[in-house]
Amino acid sequence: MNRDRPAWRLARVVLRRLLQAVPIVLGVLVVNFLILRLAPGDIADVLAGESGVATPGYVAELRTRFGLDRPVWVQLFAYVSNAALLDLGWSFRHARPVAELIAARLVPTLILMAASTTLAVGLGIVLGVLAARRVNRPIDAVISTLALLCYATPLFWIGLMMIVLFAVQLGWLPSGGFETLGTGATGLGRILDIARHALMPAVALALFYLALYTRLTRASMLETLTQDYVRTARAKGLPERLVVFKHALANAVLPTVTMTGVQINSLLGGAVLVETVFAWPGIGRLAYEAVFTRDHNLLLGILFLSSVLVILVNLLVDLLYAVLDPRIEAA
Amino acid sequence: MTAPLLAVEGLSVRFRSGGRMLPAVDGLDIAIAAGETVAVVGESGCGKSVTALAIMGLLPAPPDCAVAGRAALDGVDLLSLPPEGLRRLRGRAMAMVVQEPRTSLNPVFTVGDQIAEAVRVHTACSARAARARAVELLELVRIPDAARRLDDYPHRFSGGMRQRVMIAIAMACDPRLLIADEPTTALDVTIQAQILDLLGDLQARFGMALLLITHDLGVVARMARRVVVMYAGRKVEEAPLRPLFAAPRHPYTQGLMRASPHHAPAGGGRRLAEIPGVVPPLDALPLGCAFAPRCPVAFDRCRDERPAVLPAGDGRLAACFRAAGEAAPA
Repeated sequence: MNRDRPAWRLARVVLRRLLQAVPIVLGVLVVNFLILRLAPGDIADVLAGESGVATPGYVAELRTRFGLDRPVWVQLFAYVSNAALLDLGWSFRHARPVAELIAARLVPTLILMAASTTLAVGLGIVLGVLAARRVNRPIDAVISTLALLCYATPLFWIGLMMIVLFAVQLGWLPSGGFETLGTGATGLGRILDIARHALMPAVALALFYLALYTRLTRASMLETLTQDYVRTARAKGLPERLVVFKHALANAVLPTVTMTGVQINSLLGGAVLVETVFAWPGIGRLAYEAVFTRDHNLLLGILFLSSVLVILVNLLVDLLYAVLDPRIEAA
Repeated sequence: MTAPLLAVEGLSVRFRSGGRMLPAVDGLDIAIAAGETVAVVGESGCGKSVTALAIMGLLPAPPDCAVAGRAALDGVDLLSLPPEGLRRLRGRAMAMVVQEPRTSLNPVFTVGDQIAEAVRVHTACSARAARARAVELLELVRIPDAARRLDDYPHRFSGGMRQRVMIAIAMACDPRLLIADEPTTALDVTIQAQILDLLGDLQARFGMALLLITHDLGVVARMARRVVVMYAGRKVEEAPLRPLFAAPRHPYTQGLMRASPHHAPAGGGRRLAEIPGVVPPLDALPLGCAFAPRCPVAFDRCRDERPAVLPAGDGRLAACFRAAGEAAPA
């Protein structure tokens, strides 16, 4: 079998990158663990505070039960060795395994991420191309101004204003939540219901990056359209549609691919805000609650998941880059 | 003479610059018969490349650029054709090879794609047939191992090889007119000769007309049958090759000859004579002859009045009061 075939080379690259990721994930686990331990307060303090009548003895008993009285390095070792077996531990707050809690919240967050990324990338590229094709004309001015506005407006404020307008004033869309409760809808009806709920949070989460991609695509299209190979494409007699969307865009899209990787990596951070504003039952809100209740196991699990996500997305972007730009050999 | 394949008449191209329209090409006439090679010679900025782009319809759209005059290919005026009609001719009836092979191929598509694309856009054929034609074209431009190189990306080719690919793209639909704009300027000397040979052979084999734009008199001497000399957007002289090299009529052509190592009077070690001064900028063209400020034989009339392009004997044309044999003060 020929081991130099592209498929083999690709498989080797992916395998090597995944192996390289193991020490990184391990490092992330250790650092996160230690940093959380540095923060004052633990879950025993929170639970005792909530009960209102806790004695020091009760707090100490809680700590013993949760294993928080053991030396930090013992806890660390236990945590990391469990995590290596994909056991993310137990949330004492929710009295359920961390993995189960995350799994329940993962789907809504993935829906939100996929919807907002698709919207931002797709529409951003279209608007950027449109603006570049009509540079310095009215349509370019409108697109560029809107992009600047979206770029500069804070995420949570846009979210709140959207709720005021579309949910409260116009009543077109639900103000929050994942789906309408108690309808018992299944199949297509349920999907549409979820989509209606997802629309506002996805748009709110997408706007900033939509603006970024529009500006990025506009700038790189303007540069690409002046390249000699675009003139070659025209000299062949290609229709303008192919000149712009094939020859120019294939080159202009590369910076946007890089940016998309960065966007997906930072989506979890943005999701905390948006999920809170729109009462979206996703990972972001779960993380936010975990911080306030000092649910360290849960928080560590979420951070672990997001670091794995970042590594996978980076790998994917690099591979995509090698496909889109043949001058870069996957390495 | 029968009707020429390409007849450029009174071509003017003006570019917008700081609110003014500056003339890049002014009242240019060029005629090329089918199968003929005509060279357009001149310094950088004299309007030769702009002329090529105007014929191909690749200049920027108004209001940044204004084109006037006629450029008829087979009797069809390219300048008044709607964009779609012009597009159908580009790459089919007329094709272009440009100076920079390194940047003229799209880096993210294989050369096979880029050649096959030129075939498919003008002929109804399957992807497989277009690919077969692409192999044929690569063999035509003498790329060794053509079938295997089809799926390589441009960065795997040298400059000379890329220029061959560009020629293959241009030849995709057997054009009747090939415009070669400085096709060898960016290449090594040895490669230059190969590319020129290739162009000459293709022309002999397929009988297309060749409009060769260059500043290199060596290339002109090797390829052309007739030569048009341009200066500051205008034609200053036109003549068959031999008479032009033997006895240039226009002082600018004479200066070019003296400045060229191939054609300067023999005598080793002598310094080549340069033309004093610089080409006038487009926004400060003199009232009279544009070459007058640099001309060694200019007189008062040259500075006040623009000389017309007039017959200067033996089927030659020149735009110079002295060449036309008019009385000049001693």
